[in-house]
Amino acid sequence: MNENASTGSNSTDGARAAELGFFARFIKATELDTRLLGMVLALLLIWVTFDVLSGGLFLTPRNLWNLSVQTASIAVMATGMVLVIVTRNIDLSVGSILGFVGMIMGVAQTEWLPPFLGFENPATWIITLALGIAVGAAIGGLQGFIIAFLGVPSFIVTLGGLLVWRGAAWWVTSGRTVAPMDSTFRLMGGGPAGSIGANWSWVVGVIACLGIVGLIINARRQRKRFNFPRRPVWAEILLGVVGSALALGAVAVANSYPWPIGIVRRYAEEHNITMPEGGLFIPHGIAIPVLIAIVVGIVMTFVATRTRFGRYVFALGGNPEAAELAGINTKWVIMKIFILMGILCAISAAISTARLNAATNAQGTLDELLTIAAAVIGGTSLAGGVGTIAGAMLGAVMMQSLSSGMVLLGLDTPLQNIVVGVVLVIAVWLDTIYRRRVS
Amino acid sequence: MSNIPLVEMENISIAFGGIRAVDDASADLHAGEVVALLGHNGAGKSTLIKILSGAYKRDGGTIKVNGEEAVINNPRDAKAYGIETIYQTLALADNVDTAANLYLGREIMTPWGTLDDVAMEAKAREVMGRLNPRFQRFKDPVKALSGGQRQSVAIARAILFNARILIMDEPTAALGPQETAQVGELIHQLKSEGIGIFLISHDIHDVLHLADRVIVMKNGRVVGTARVGDVTEDEILGMIILGKCPPGAIPGPGAISGVVLG
Repeated sequence: MNENASTGSNSTDGARAAELGFFARFIKATELDTRLLGMVLALLLIWVTFDVLSGGLFLTPRNLWNLSVQTASIAVMATGMVLVIVTRNIDLSVGSILGFVGMIMGVAQTEWLPPFLGFENPATWIITLALGIAVGAAIGGLQGFIIAFLGVPSFIVTLGGLLVWRGAAWWVTSGRTVAPMDSTFRLMGGGPAGSIGANWSWVVGVIACLGIVGLIINARRQRKRFNFPRRPVWAEILLGVVGSALALGAVAVANSYPWPIGIVRRYAEEHNITMPEGGLFIPHGIAIPVLIAIVVGIVMTFVATRTRFGRYVFALGGNPEAAELAGINTKWVIMKIFILMGILCAISAAISTARLNAATNAQGTLDELLTIAAAVIGGTSLAGGVGTIAGAMLGAVMMQSLSSGMVLLGLDTPLQNIVVGVVLVIAVWLDTIYRRRVS
Repeated sequence: MSNIPLVEMENISIAFGGIRAVDDASADLHAGEVVALLGHNGAGKSTLIKILSGAYKRDGGTIKVNGEEAVINNPRDAKAYGIETIYQTLALADNVDTAANLYLGREIMTPWGTLDDVAMEAKAREVMGRLNPRFQRFKDPVKALSGGQRQSVAIARAILFNARILIMDEPTAALGPQETAQVGELIHQLKSEGIGIFLISHDIHDVLHLADRVIVMKNGRVVGTARVGDVTEDEILGMIILGKCPPGAIPGPGAISGVVLG
């Protein structure tokens, strides 16, 4: 088993190369991450199963669009949780930070800013968001400082944070729910208005395709420059085509979910459009929270793989002592990770308060568990050093698919929890087996 | 070669919770010289050397580099003085690949401030090609490499950045006879380039034919210093085991005083 898994360059007989099956050769040529590929297959399996069981209700543009919006908040936080767990830490406070920051942003736009700016000022949302991000960064920085410089284990610090920030969220308004939100701010939560429409969605899709092709060409050129082994041309083209098809397919799905009939009628009246026979088809397009999550995912992937900070995060997770001896300021790196986590909590808080059109002190309860589960299902190892941003986001989609699928099937909430719990354990067990076979 | 030593460590002390791991120890090293630091496990050799490499902060004593007092508070400071270390544990980040380990803490960046992985891998292929020509596994995390391959990565990292002072802590502990011979050749080559090398071992056979001088430690103190030609192997063993300083050696504070006088 181990010999087969090695690079194969030391194989002496030609028979072994021929022995490599079609699948193995395909993986070798495309250099795809088999674990990520497995996750995608598992996700498709879940989707198809739910679709069959629900009689075709799951794989509809409407359900998939809603799924994407519901995933956004957890997916954003999961990207940060990857870095936290990679360095052998944990953050149990993200749900509470989300609640507290959401409350701050809610009060800021409904009570603090209106005396100066009035209601519905175009600057309200940006000031509110900036304030939320600053508060999130400060909270993350405080927790990170205690963990890195005072040496208190992250489990304890963030367990304390879980209680502190949840209590603080209550404290802001003494438990009162704050609503409604500023209408521009609310765009971050999705809905018919909070989506970019068909044309802009196609623009995003085309940009994604150009990006994919650009990345492939650039990587190939770099490898050529230093004479490294390159992928076969057919594999490069296949990757480009499949990647572009996925991006455009997602746009097509988002564009085939129309606005609800009531909203269309109101929109038509406001704009003096006469409703044609059979109704007016106005597609949603990609929801803004989903775009935010995608941008966060891209930025975080860049941070994790292309920057010095990201390299240090992984080195630190693999061997903290070695990182220290290599001259890395490990404490500062840890603190920065928690600051980043706080900022991501604030972005998630903006998405979820905007979506709910209200800030409540219970917002984000248990989100820490969903976030950690998403990261772990996505292949982040609790032993440290291993994890990908894309995997964690896929993990978030998977968690959300399970719960929304079970809602569609009309399963009771307690049963839903049981299923999610069992799936989490099985997923990590399968991952353990996979890792043992690979190494 | 000038008369000013490359490194002088004077009266170095460090204690961990009441235990004096290194007590009033002095050691020096000249350019192009190999000094073996010998002693039992727990004699304080690794601790003394970790003070020089910045991993530990000393309680007392001074370090001079090229005759000037050096401020070494962490590994970064030490590296700035050209002091590179190959640790006994190798200190590799197991989950990242060879190039990432070689450049850990000193990454090559592109003009846009991002990691230049391709350039780092190219350089890694070059330096590994010199040390271990059959090495090909550049894409694998170092966890997947054999003991000898991991050792070559650790050595490559130390010599990659024009070290002037090289510390090797049990460099051949994980190696087979052939690889050990390779390390020996490398030491000769580095020595001829004017690099000063501290070689740490608890096995004198490993190092005696490589070293110019030996410094023997026992219970955190220096027993004595000797040129390799001035003392016999048995006398060195006596220094290591009994703390007895032979006539051919310069006694340190750790030597048994009665024996020295007699």
